Amino acid sequence: MDWLSPEEWSAVALSLRVAIWATVLSMPFGIFVAYALARWNFTGRQVVNGLVHLPLILPPVVTGYLLLLTFGTQGTVGAFLAEFGIVFAFRWTGAALAAAVMAFPLMVRAIRLSIEAVDPKLEEAAATLGASRLRVFCTITLPLTLPGILAGAILAFAKAIGEFGATITFVANIPGQTQTIPSAIYAFLQVPGGESAAIRLVAIAIVIAMGALLASEFIARRIARKVAGQ
Amino acid sequence: MSLSVSLRHGFGDFALDLGFDAPQGITVLFGRSGSGKTTIINAVAGLLTPDSGRVVLDDRVLTDTKTGLNLPPNKRNLGYIFQEGRLFPHMTVRHNLLYGSALADRSRTGPGLDQVLELLGIAGLLDRRPTALSGGEKQRVAIGRALLAKPRLLLADEPLAALDEARKSEILPFFERLRDEVSIPVLYVSHSAAEVARLATTVIAIQDGRILRQGPAIEVLSDPMVTPAGVRAAGAVLEARVAVHHPDGLTELDAGGQAIFLPRIDRDIGARLRVRIAAQDVILSKHEPEGLSALNILPAEVEQIRAGEGPGTLVSLRTPAGSVLARVTQRSAGNLGLAPGARCFAVLKSVAVAPQDVG
Repeated sequence: MDWLSPEEWSAVALSLRVAIWATVLSMPFGIFVAYALARWNFTGRQVVNGLVHLPLILPPVVTGYLLLLTFGTQGTVGAFLAEFGIVFAFRWTGAALAAAVMAFPLMVRAIRLSIEAVDPKLEEAAATLGASRLRVFCTITLPLTLPGILAGAILAFAKAIGEFGATITFVANIPGQTQTIPSAIYAFLQVPGGESAAIRLVAIAIVIAMGALLASEFIARRIARKVAGQ
Repeated sequence: MSLSVSLRHGFGDFALDLGFDAPQGITVLFGRSGSGKTTIINAVAGLLTPDSGRVVLDDRVLTDTKTGLNLPPNKRNLGYIFQEGRLFPHMTVRHNLLYGSALADRSRTGPGLDQVLELLGIAGLLDRRPTALSGGEKQRVAIGRALLAKPRLLLADEPLAALDEARKSEILPFFERLRDEVSIPVLYVSHSAAEVARLATTVIAIQDGRILRQGPAIEVLSDPMVTPAGVRAAGAVLEARVAVHHPDGLTELDAGGQAIFLPRIDRDIGARLRVRIAAQDVILSKHEPEGLSALNILPAEVEQIRAGEGPGTLVSLRTPAGSVLARVTQRSAGNLGLAPGARCFAVLKSVAVAPQDVG
């Protein structure tokens, strides 16, 4: 397909890769944090809640800069991880990290709401039938939360695809390395005659967003029907 | 089997402080809502940790706050039937039923799936989802699910309270069969005198977090001093045998040699059953009444009189059929000269006994 230049193609492919990894890898953490916030009463709960929501309220540039300070090669965590060969700065992995951090509050909110909607009395009933906490979680809480987890994943994916500010601050805008669809559109708009390339990427962004939304609606309806028992 | 419970627990200005032993059969915790019954059953189930207390089932200590032992619910081998059923909405009836049995100790014996399906009449529901079940069906599945977990003890928290009268009479016989056919002891919470009268082997009457009286159902229910559900709900229980079905639609019962006539009861001749006689349906007469439409006139001797706060009194009477409670006004009690040892006649209309009070 030659209606997209190699540069445009690599931006699309990179965006998908970044968004998928960001969504999939943050999912277990998202479920865990959402469960803890919904069900556990621990000291510092409000602090955790605040930290999770921080990327939602901070200017993305601030989040990106904080990521650079922490996970950059000079940063404390970044320098430590670099010894194991894990590098985020100016790599696509950094873009995935930035996308995951920015999308995390949305994912946690959606999952937390659906966990709160699961009647703890059902979990009690499962426990009286001999199920351990882990089994109760896997056989009762998780299946009943599935629509919320899916909604959270789609939201996170959409956010990850569209993430711009934190990404460009943290990992810059290197074609083929860290240039996702939004940064590519931004770059094309900076050069004379780049509008047509920008328009093509805009169209692709719309198609991806609509596709994700429709897929989630379809799956959510199927799951909801199954969970509601019809 | 024996369950031994002693508990102290406080929340707000409510304090629970009691201890009891539950023998074989159905032990009913009987009291008004708010008397602490559900707290007790949840402490036995491990869903609530009491401020202090000890729960022992057979030789196994489930809770002992002195040693800090408190087994989690899943380690207790109990079956819990909740008021609202609490079926898992994302599973079929079959998977609901088998949820606990897959986790049950294989070395323990208990009723199998086929036996439970037959006992509860739910074989046709296996592939349905809980949302497609009626209230009575849901509760039957919940009973089956608890039974299939091979429990050492069944707990039931007002399992019929959320059902209408028709559904109640659909479920009650299953608990009777449970009591008579399955040798699993049951701790049953209820505020309904009718349920207590039909099901209880042992009654523990609870009021404001304390035990008023405990003992065999017949004794506790005929004690005028013990009315945990209020005097309006007071009523003694007679044990009787079906003697004759008369062609005019009446069934004659034999209660300790005394004939009692009730509207037709669909049970075989010779069947043993319990009849609850509500105290407010009993009329007392000083002399043997004549020319009266009521069919049951029992010679009686006053045992005890309890004057209420209002104009009423509760009188317990010894009759050939067993102990009977009567609720009359204080004025009548005075006019009739009722006092312990006094003789009189207890009159009971046949049609006053509701079908759900017989079983």
